[in-house]
Amino acid sequence: MTGTKAIGVETLHMTKRFGDFTALDDVSIKVAPGSFHALLGENGAGKSTLVKCMMGFYQPTSGQMLVDDREAEIRNPREAHASGLGMVYQHFTLVPSLTAAENLVIAREDTPSVIDWKKERERLQAFLETMPFGVALDQPVNRLSAGEKQKLELLKQLYLGRRFLILDEPTSVLTPSEADELLGMVRDLTRAGALTCLMISHKFREVTAFADAVSVLRRGAHVGGGRVSELSHADMAAMMIGDKTLTRSAARSGQRGDVVLSLEGISAADRSGLKTIDVESLRVAAGEVVGIAGVSGNGQMELMEVLTGQRPVSRGSVSVKSVTFRGTRRQARDLKVRFLPEEPLQNACAGRMSVAENLAFRSFDLKDKANMNGKATRTWLDRAAMRRLAVNLVDAFKVKTASIESPIASLSGGNVQRAVLARELSDEVDLLIIANPCFGLDFSAVADIRARIMAARNAGAAVLLISEDLDEILELSDRVLVMSEGRIAYETPIATLDVGELGRHMAGHA
Amino acid sequence: MARAPDALDRRIEAFALPLGALAVGLAVFALFLMMVGKSPAEFYGLVFKAGFGTAFSWENTLARAAPLLLAALCVAIPARLGLVVIGGEGAIVLGGVAAGAFGMHVTGLGSTLGILGMAVSAICVGGLWIGMVGALRYKRGVNETISSLLLAYIAIALMNHLVEGPLRDPASLNKPSTAPLEAAYRIGDIPGWDIHWGLVIGILACIFSFVLIERTTWGFSARIVGGNIRAAQIQGLPVGWLMAGFCALAGGFAGLAGMIEVSAVHGSANGSLAGGYGYTGILIAFLARHNMLAIIPVAVLLAGFEASSGLIQRRMDLPDATILVLQGIVFISILISETFTGRLNLSRLWRS
Repeated sequence: MTGTKAIGVETLHMTKRFGDFTALDDVSIKVAPGSFHALLGENGAGKSTLVKCMMGFYQPTSGQMLVDDREAEIRNPREAHASGLGMVYQHFTLVPSLTAAENLVIAREDTPSVIDWKKERERLQAFLETMPFGVALDQPVNRLSAGEKQKLELLKQLYLGRRFLILDEPTSVLTPSEADELLGMVRDLTRAGALTCLMISHKFREVTAFADAVSVLRRGAHVGGGRVSELSHADMAAMMIGDKTLTRSAARSGQRGDVVLSLEGISAADRSGLKTIDVESLRVAAGEVVGIAGVSGNGQMELMEVLTGQRPVSRGSVSVKSVTFRGTRRQARDLKVRFLPEEPLQNACAGRMSVAENLAFRSFDLKDKANMNGKATRTWLDRAAMRRLAVNLVDAFKVKTASIESPIASLSGGNVQRAVLARELSDEVDLLIIANPCFGLDFSAVADIRARIMAARNAGAAVLLISEDLDEILELSDRVLVMSEGRIAYETPIATLDVGELGRHMAGHA
Repeated sequence: MARAPDALDRRIEAFALPLGALAVGLAVFALFLMMVGKSPAEFYGLVFKAGFGTAFSWENTLARAAPLLLAALCVAIPARLGLVVIGGEGAIVLGGVAAGAFGMHVTGLGSTLGILGMAVSAICVGGLWIGMVGALRYKRGVNETISSLLLAYIAIALMNHLVEGPLRDPASLNKPSTAPLEAAYRIGDIPGWDIHWGLVIGILACIFSFVLIERTTWGFSARIVGGNIRAAQIQGLPVGWLMAGFCALAGGFAGLAGMIEVSAVHGSANGSLAGGYGYTGILIAFLARHNMLAIIPVAVLLAGFEASSGLIQRRMDLPDATILVLQGIVFISILISETFTGRLNLSRLWRS
């Protein structure tokens, strides 16, 4: 064990590049011994990259790290552990079928091959007596609540002698009262000088209530920070989001028309089945882009699944042009509804089928290829027409592919997205529902794809854009909604939008 | 448009991988033979002679191929929707029992109607059996591989119960069977050959399935489901109906295989129906990479192997399970070869 005193960690000019992409740019952060330090930033701001460099999962391209004011080279997680650095993840790393005591003992690196449980239990009891909180040692972990599991994770790190802990969004799976209890314990430990803590968080409330100091990352750079007591939520939001200017990519034209999509009183279970997604009212009219902003995991993906008919709702209804929408092929065709789910290769393509086949997914069963919105369906596949369609679409949407016979999985991400756009936007569209269309794409593809979305809006389509990229929301939307904790927490027209206010709602603080 | 190298690669791969796997499997089996002190050359020579050496052995092989063609379709069709169904044996035995029961209870219809009636009842029962597997998968998320395998055991037990109980012909003493079919209900031989019409039915079923999967919009929908179920759902395709429907079709073919065995070979439904055709069908479908036309030559090849097991037993003093060892080794080799899909650059190798 590495002693029982908290240790401080400091990064000096840390930079990490992945190819041409700079994930972390000259970041210097000092976490003093015995402090509770919060790390804030949007998705993709470089928080994870930074802590992974500290823990030795990544090697920084340049820069050093100081542990207890001495230069330390951390080549792998094992060396980080040896220096007293530990990490608690968002999700649990316990063995569910084993008891708490067994989990603690097997986590040790020096566990003997034959375990003397009597001796180990005595050691554990002695250890627990030094801790300000306990857990039931003989319960299998799968009987513990989420809060107790997270406490056990924390206890495990302390038991292993880690005196500098990185908590990666430790409360994302906890209820607010469990979160307060856990963070209160961490704060008490840091105040007692037994532990130093660096916590990644999106929640301003937790930062203000528990942390001493904060550092903010934006686009890989350290843009500010300081004592929490000297900063307001508005200051933190401003640092996190930056002085964003509303870059309006394409000219807007056309009039806002009738309501096309309307959700009334929707309620559905979320992925974990523990929380619910509740949308009281959401309307999107023809000729407008409604952007749904929010930190990931606040119910956006579940909302998308409700819209596509993949997730059953416990109450409420989705209607398109006043018709109850069930997501069948026939309805989507009659009502001219198109979906662009996130990660198109995983959600909208069959990777091993050819580009031509993938491009035909929407129209292969139509009798009349010239009229894509026709109703009559066909039995025999018209492979010549499929090839002609593919050649035209590949050309019109500038999809770069070796051949239309290549499997679509062999295309780059930007070209897969272009192909999916080509398939979904090549005819009249009345309602377009999009999730994170530009995630992971390079600059030119992003500009291209956003211009296509704008063109659809200008042509009179109602567009619902669900995105975790705030720049994208601000660039494209006519109206912005914030989704937080499964609810629409805030709504504003783009003209009167205040970025600071938006950031506070995204961070779960009204 | 010039065909891109990767498209060419895929085509070469479709042949090279299964052929390579077959060759490796045969080679490993040769090592096994040498270990037990037998000559691989003699073994493969005998297999060739017994399976393909003479007109008589060809007839024997082709007659055995008929149920194998249909059993392989029961694996290959669901596989195109991404489902690994390995319980075709269950649909075969129940299809056979349904045909036997029909022939026993509905008599005097004449040849055409009688055979048609038996076929329809076998297809319905087999279709329900495997269709249930597809529906359970979609509705309840029950793993189709496990459920179809367990259902096959239930089907065999059900057949034993029926032919030893309610459907038993009191005259069948040594081997409990349904009553012998009347002569008009028996499927005969192709004129001039010692092969029954089941072979033609099997080949037609393969061609029908090929056209259905590759050339119709239903088949295309099924392939989208197999390619990526989420993409199919986003496109609003009726995924549940496609899964249940194509599984039912697959089960219908397996049921038909059972009916052909009853009507063309045994003359009544009995325990011989559970002869392992369903399991050999799995091997054939995987060797054919679930291509409905490739099933035809592969089924003939495997039928030849099986036809030779008697001769192997007599000449080489090897147990008749030897052929099963060979099949098992080839199957493992096929499964391993699947992991190389898309990783070989064969056309480049060819050109250099």
